[in-house]
Amino acid sequence: MIAYIVRRALYAIPILVGVNIITFLLFFVVNTPDDMARMFLGQKHVTEAQIEDWKTERGYHRPLFYNAEAEGMDSLKDTIFYTKSLRLFVFDFGRSDSGRDISFDISQRMWPSLAIAVPQLLIGLLVAITFALLIAFFRATYIDYWAVVLCVALMSISSLFYIIGGQFVMGKLLRVVPISGFESGIFGIKFLILPVLIGVVGGIGSSTRWYRTIFLEEMNKDYVRTVRAKGIAEQTVLFRHVLRNALIPILTGVVVILPLLFMGSLITESFFGIPGLGSYTIDAINRQDFAIVRSMVFLGAVLYIIGLLLTDISYTVVDPRVRLS
Amino acid sequence: MLPGKPVFLLTDLLIFVLVLSIVSFFAYAMRKPHLRQPWGQVVRARAGVISMIVLSVYVAIALLDSLHFHPVLENPAAHSEEVQYSGEVISVFDQLVSDLRASTEKTYSAPFAAHLYAKETVQQADGARIRIYPRLLWGGAHLEDPRAQKATDILLLAGVGTLKAAAVWAVLLVLWALYLSTRTARTFPAALGTLFDGHSEVPWRTVSVTLGVVLLVLLVGAEWASKYHVLGTDKVGEDVLYQALKSIRTGVVIGTLTTLLMVPFAIVLGIMAGFFRGWIDDVIQYLYTTLNSVPGVLLIAAAVLMLNVYMSKHAEAFASLTQRADMRLLFLCLILGLTSWTGLCRLLRAETLKLRAVDFVQAATAFGVGPMQTIFRHILPNVMHIVLITLVLDFSGLVLAEAVLSYINIGVDPTMNSWGNMINSARLEMAREPLVWWSLAASLFFMFTLVLFANLFADVVRDALDPRVSR
Repeated sequence: MIAYIVRRALYAIPILVGVNIITFLLFFVVNTPDDMARMFLGQKHVTEAQIEDWKTERGYHRPLFYNAEAEGMDSLKDTIFYTKSLRLFVFDFGRSDSGRDISFDISQRMWPSLAIAVPQLLIGLLVAITFALLIAFFRATYIDYWAVVLCVALMSISSLFYIIGGQFVMGKLLRVVPISGFESGIFGIKFLILPVLIGVVGGIGSSTRWYRTIFLEEMNKDYVRTVRAKGIAEQTVLFRHVLRNALIPILTGVVVILPLLFMGSLITESFFGIPGLGSYTIDAINRQDFAIVRSMVFLGAVLYIIGLLLTDISYTVVDPRVRLS
Repeated sequence: MLPGKPVFLLTDLLIFVLVLSIVSFFAYAMRKPHLRQPWGQVVRARAGVISMIVLSVYVAIALLDSLHFHPVLENPAAHSEEVQYSGEVISVFDQLVSDLRASTEKTYSAPFAAHLYAKETVQQADGARIRIYPRLLWGGAHLEDPRAQKATDILLLAGVGTLKAAAVWAVLLVLWALYLSTRTARTFPAALGTLFDGHSEVPWRTVSVTLGVVLLVLLVGAEWASKYHVLGTDKVGEDVLYQALKSIRTGVVIGTLTTLLMVPFAIVLGIMAGFFRGWIDDVIQYLYTTLNSVPGVLLIAAAVLMLNVYMSKHAEAFASLTQRADMRLLFLCLILGLTSWTGLCRLLRAETLKLRAVDFVQAATAFGVGPMQTIFRHILPNVMHIVLITLVLDFSGLVLAEAVLSYINIGVDPTMNSWGNMINSARLEMAREPLVWWSLAASLFFMFTLVLFANLFADVVRDALDPRVSR
């Protein structure tokens, strides 16, 4: 099993190299640092000297791949590719275009993101599994039919509406919870209620429908028929046999997004003013801070690959046949 | 035909290419019983026919809105003989609803309002200045005393609209019944009866009722819109209904063109990976795993940022604002396609792997049929259902994605009408007192209707086309 995991982990390295090349191409080759400087400083009335200053300040003045002026190893090291792209592999994100230390910002901002994302995921799972099991219990009845239609309707509402509507009803009309803001510690909970609630409600349609199909698939298997034939009560069939077995695909499906919880949600965080990584990214996009967007692209890819790795591991734990292939 | 000089935007051309290919596919499929069978199943499902009718209204508006032209100038410079064209680009749809387009007010006004949302100081004839809600220039301008007459007028217009809708509905039903009675051995009354039969194979009653409801909404709406701002006006006084209708094209273009642009890549690479295996498979798998591992939103954000830089550098390459917005829309489709082709590619690879081992493909190989011929004759036709299912399944997600992307300013051009842009500008209006809700409500309602029926349609199509679903 360890050999298998090591093999999968090694497979991640070329993928990370690929991601690195994609970001490098996007950020430095498609558009040169000169273009970025011009964009940042404004199109008109910009002198060459200003552009040079902007680039030097941020380290974009170096040549792309090969520095002919430097000696020895430095001719490879003193380049944009080495300082901006290769350094990402050791999680040295450098400084943002406005001069802040990105690594420090990330370490500060991932906790608020997690504070929203983790309860949202757990409560969402619990609620969706409950509903899906309930619908599966009433399968092939009108309740089932209309519950699926309701799920589709819930799925069809834009996430923006859930947020705007939720903020309006809960925050402005009922004045139950604050509309936005964040505070760490136990008193910060009141700020978390609304975003978590909205996240759960917004995701319930699609996940309930998906889990329902998983439950129904499980229910049509032979062993369930055998259990029923033995005369076991329907509740026992559902809870002891179907639920347990259906949890395998559900939970392994969840594992892949676990690491990405650190990244937070772009929309939710920016609407609720939560100082997490999602709003960090949005701010960077709006300020056109290329260094931050580049770092977040790389970080996101790393977390996704970790997620894939965790999925593989969880499959080997759950299903021993995987290890042999 | 067009009252002006036609303009062909790139997205217009592509969307008509798409329409043409869909029409020719159906013309082809209708002649083959095995291809016709699943579509027969689609029209036999109630959700299928309802969503087809509603979606066709949306698509019709989008298509009308995709025929662009430079209108003829009304009063050209005196000294020239030839017809002069205006610099702005409008569409056939704009021409049809030219009243709505032209009827701008000063600022916000509520739905069906006859007065402006904000008070203004008005100088009266005797020189006295008073603060009142001024009358709208267009909405309800035909009324002398709006307070007393408005309710009756609205009801009256609704009545006229209902009568028109009933007339059109009756004509359509009679024509359809005539057609049915000639096609099948039924008398005309019997055919008309079929249209209200709840138990026929094709759910005709559902079709008739849905058609009636759609006509009612369209014609009553048109009647109201000819005299009022049905959904109010926005900050700069533009009719919200007009904006919401214009946004339909943006949504439909993003939902369809994205898939259209990515499908060739996905098909070629997916089938190649599954069919040839070996190092080709490794390279293609590596490619899509890498692209997939970058979180979609971030990749889109990075690409759009770069697009911004590129566009501001090559500002001269885009002749007009419309063209610039159009190019941006196309690029957005490309970028969205770049992030979404991986899923389809993976599915196609898996399916090809499976098909490769099936007897008839093995037999073809044994007979010495070349790989290209095997792919075109045996593999491709047998994976097309996956492509079609993806096309309809992705549509709703892409429409929703547009709104979210426009909200974070990495969506379509800010000058372009889209539901995302409407929500984006309307979101601050929720804090106003009294509340300005109509812009937000309109965009969400129009988007919800499209996405809901697209989702229902996608479900029916998937059930019909997917061989794994037992029939």
